[in-house]
Amino acid sequence: MSMINYASREINCKLVYYGPGLGGKTTNLEHIYSKVSPNTRGKMISLATETERTLFFDFLPVDLGTIRGFKTRFHLYTVPGQVYYNASRKLILKGVDGLVFVGDSQIERMEANVESMQNLYDNMSEYGYDLTKIPFIIQYNKRDLPNAAPVRDLQASLNPGWPIEDGAQQKVTADPSHPGENLVEKVNNQWIGRAPYLEAVAVRGDGVFDTLKTVSKLVLKTLS
Amino acid sequence: MAGAASWSFSESDFKQIQQHLLAFLRDSNARCALLVDRAGQLVATAGETPQFDATAFASLTAADFSANDQLAKMIGEHEFASLVHQGEKESMFLADVAKRVILVVLFDQRATLGLVKLKAKGAVEKLNKVFADMFNRVGAGPTAPEKGVLEGAEDEIDKLFG
Repeated sequence: MSMINYASREINCKLVYYGPGLGGKTTNLEHIYSKVSPNTRGKMISLATETERTLFFDFLPVDLGTIRGFKTRFHLYTVPGQVYYNASRKLILKGVDGLVFVGDSQIERMEANVESMQNLYDNMSEYGYDLTKIPFIIQYNKRDLPNAAPVRDLQASLNPGWPIEDGAQQKVTADPSHPGENLVEKVNNQWIGRAPYLEAVAVRGDGVFDTLKTVSKLVLKTLS
Repeated sequence: MAGAASWSFSESDFKQIQQHLLAFLRDSNARCALLVDRAGQLVATAGETPQFDATAFASLTAADFSANDQLAKMIGEHEFASLVHQGEKESMFLADVAKRVILVVLFDQRATLGLVKLKAKGAVEKLNKVFADMFNRVGAGPTAPEKGVLEGAEDEIDKLFG
């Protein structure tokens, strides 16, 4: 639920990092927290268990700068990844403006990824939000690990594409980050759209800011 | 936008909200009143300037209220329209406004919970009306007034990211 405050000339948007447990959602926020100047970010709040697993959410506000005289601030949230925290996970999605799904590239975590993605679709649709119509990107994390599945396999499982019925959108749209690949294309006579994806190694910070940039731009474009 | 409904308010909405909050603070003897939207963003503050991180406070307030909403449903209540957190010296009173915003009142020993609750009831009614008018005025869709704010600002958006 983006909020434009004409009195204080501020735009506030809510971004949520979603995904399976131990996938690197909190690590993404920690990296952003450590690299962004203290002048442009607020305090990071983590509601975690004693073993540092996210219990409710992590929260980090980041100021991006000024657009058209409006101070633009993004509120970044992570959700608890573990399956049994669904009630609290769902609450964080309330009023979301943009979503990042942090997938764990390890082959062993494929099932957890798929389950979490399904859970995301279910929770969004319970709020009446359409995941295919709001800014949504996928980050394949832990690309440095030897047991990381090929991106093609991750794409097939987690980002196979959704049907596009709207004629106006039925045109081939290239994926700017991946030459030779398309975000919208015709496959077996059916137009499909996919979420943009990025690769990352969040513990080293690789891909973390690219992910934030990509989703933030998508969110700001929905406001224009 | 197909996702969450966005909303915006004008300077005159903001003034009305401030007036109601200040009148409430005067009548109740509370120290400070904040309005936080259900997504965790701070909408307005009145009274003493909070000495804490108001942004973090707002996100925790929304989470607190949402969690309690779910607890209410689990015990067969439709909602908890208000919540009280009582401390030794400082206390908080939270109340729902128009199902979209939360009024948070901070008060100390100079005010009593009874008076805060009583006066908050009137303030919530007035704020409900402000927000109802605001949402009605938008009419066609809650995103209408913000359309165009960033139109043609793609260059500026690109610049933000270097």
